Amino acid sequence: MSQTLVTETLRSVIASSAPLVLAGIGEMLNERAGVVNLSLDGSILLAAMAGFAIALVTGSLTLGFALAMVVGALIALLVAFSSIVLFQDQVAVGFVLTLLMADLSSFIGRPYVRRPGPSVQALPIPGLVDIPYIGTVLFDQNLIVYASYLVIVLSWVWLMHTQAGLRLRSVGERPEAAYARGIHVNRLRFIYTAVGGALVGAAGAAYSLNVKLGWSHRHTAGMGWIALAIVIFGGWHPFRVALGAYLFGALKSLGSLLQPNYPNIPTQVFQAAPFALMILALLLVSGDLAALELYLPRRLRPLVHAVLQGTPPAALGRRFEQT
Amino acid sequence: MNKQHPALRFFLGLAPMLLTFVSTTLVLVLAGANPWQAYGNLIGGAFESGAKVADIATAMVPLMLASAGMLITFAAGLWNIGVEGQMIAGALMTTWVVQSITAPPALMLPLTILAGLVGGGLWGILIGALRTWGRINEIFAGLGLNFVASALTNYLIFGPWRPPGGATMSGTLPFPRAAWMPTIGATRASWLAILLAVAAIVAVYFVLRDTRWGLVLKALGKNPQAAFRMGIDTRRNIILALVVCGALAGLGGSLQTTAIYRRLIPQITGGYGYLSQLVVLLSGLQARWVPLVVFFFASVQVGSPRLELRMQLDSSLGGILQGSVVLFFLLVNGLRRRIETMRG
Repeated sequence: MSQTLVTETLRSVIASSAPLVLAGIGEMLNERAGVVNLSLDGSILLAAMAGFAIALVTGSLTLGFALAMVVGALIALLVAFSSIVLFQDQVAVGFVLTLLMADLSSFIGRPYVRRPGPSVQALPIPGLVDIPYIGTVLFDQNLIVYASYLVIVLSWVWLMHTQAGLRLRSVGERPEAAYARGIHVNRLRFIYTAVGGALVGAAGAAYSLNVKLGWSHRHTAGMGWIALAIVIFGGWHPFRVALGAYLFGALKSLGSLLQPNYPNIPTQVFQAAPFALMILALLLVSGDLAALELYLPRRLRPLVHAVLQGTPPAALGRRFEQT
Repeated sequence: MNKQHPALRFFLGLAPMLLTFVSTTLVLVLAGANPWQAYGNLIGGAFESGAKVADIATAMVPLMLASAGMLITFAAGLWNIGVEGQMIAGALMTTWVVQSITAPPALMLPLTILAGLVGGGLWGILIGALRTWGRINEIFAGLGLNFVASALTNYLIFGPWRPPGGATMSGTLPFPRAAWMPTIGATRASWLAILLAVAAIVAVYFVLRDTRWGLVLKALGKNPQAAFRMGIDTRRNIILALVVCGALAGLGGSLQTTAIYRRLIPQITGGYGYLSQLVVLLSGLQARWVPLVVFFFASVQVGSPRLELRMQLDSSLGGILQGSVVLFFLLVNGLRRRIETMRG
């Protein structure tokens, strides 16, 4: 009995973490190319609203996701454009867009608040779903969740095992050297920012059409900031970013499972917990806490090091003057 | 040789406003609303009576204080998104002092001011410690703490500080009269609060322009490595900048409780912390432009609720106006630089 409870919980953790996976991997891609898109929290809100609204009006989930991806890509391109062409600070533009897009989503989304609408249909994979234990957890899901698996694996292969991925990383690490080798630094930055933004937009639609269905004021509740933090926590590596997203999802559902058992703990603690957790996670990977590693058994150190250490792309947030 | 044609300069100066007007009108049309009616309500809601103008002055106070603080942290090259939490911390500290300290009535107001400064400053130490020893980017440290601060507010209002009649969204019991900021006539504007806000922005202007510490902050902001090699204690000055910013913002939060609501309510800041960052960006990080921008933002803030009352539009249109102006200001500035480099 308790075994089905565990698999069911894990299944819902995987499902509800899909938006965070998509947004985290998306942002990781453009940060690997050297562009910070700080606007995530606003982009995801607007994409979630636009995706739900279009799916509701047209009855087509495909159109909903497509529009959400276009919204995410356009906002991201605006960040890249204002940095590359107009010399503006990526963080400043991203911050302004965060607030602006959040307000836009509230304003335009008002007619769609709390309206019942379409959602992604379950699609268990025949055969795979019967694998004991992990079958239900991983393969009794839907297309969006399977897409999130694909995004993790493909981004890893692309980034770490292809020539194109090598070029992408060089643009984010040493744009001067990349340029000297004949790589169009700024063109690549535009392309990967658009791809990353499209994934962020898909994350928004995945939230409003698959996790917390529908639309309401500030519907995604700070998810963009969590995704940005998970990219840092994940050390800009696809698997670790995904791990961070799943860990976060697991802790969050653990919280909501435990909450009824501890009526003495004020509900506000559970509201603030994700963000306190975010700070703790960042402390673990970047602060003097990281030195605690030295107290671990010698054999464990390389493993812990591989999971916790990571340095940002060297040219992250810096313009490259292409002549 | 970089002198631009006067007509071009004039057009570029006006362009952010024009672009904002065009894009906001477009959003209104898309939402199926009459743009002229919306602008009419916005302007009427902000300026139609003396009481409304007093409301603008009232809204300017916390925005001005937080913006003054943000000038300090921006000068030091820090993006103190945590200013929102610092405002909340000032309000919490003030409420705590009012509820737990019995002082002669004459001392009450100075104590609340002090509490606001201290509360926000302490929150600044928290952000600064995470930034320096924790090596967490101040954006994430501050933002995380903002959520913690607002959860703490809700906890206190619905827990230890709830009124005897039971907790509601309307907040704690009202403060005793001794802790009310004096107001001008029958309006909500408080001359003492306005005076404090003016003093803060003037002080920050001179600190950044004329003092040694102002120079240290600017050195830190321009090139932290070079500043460190010149013998500047970077950790200490980063924390100090966050503390000073927090003290000013905390005073702003404190005045929200003592001058406006006369109690602690959930969302006591009204989002002014986030808004102050837009103010400072639109001021081009220059103290002398802050009062004008604050006036514009406060007018929009006071005018926009009427869109909700009269036209069933979401009052977030105000935020769209404010955000668009800043976005287009940044983009047009970039365009100007682009034109300059193409000539140069």
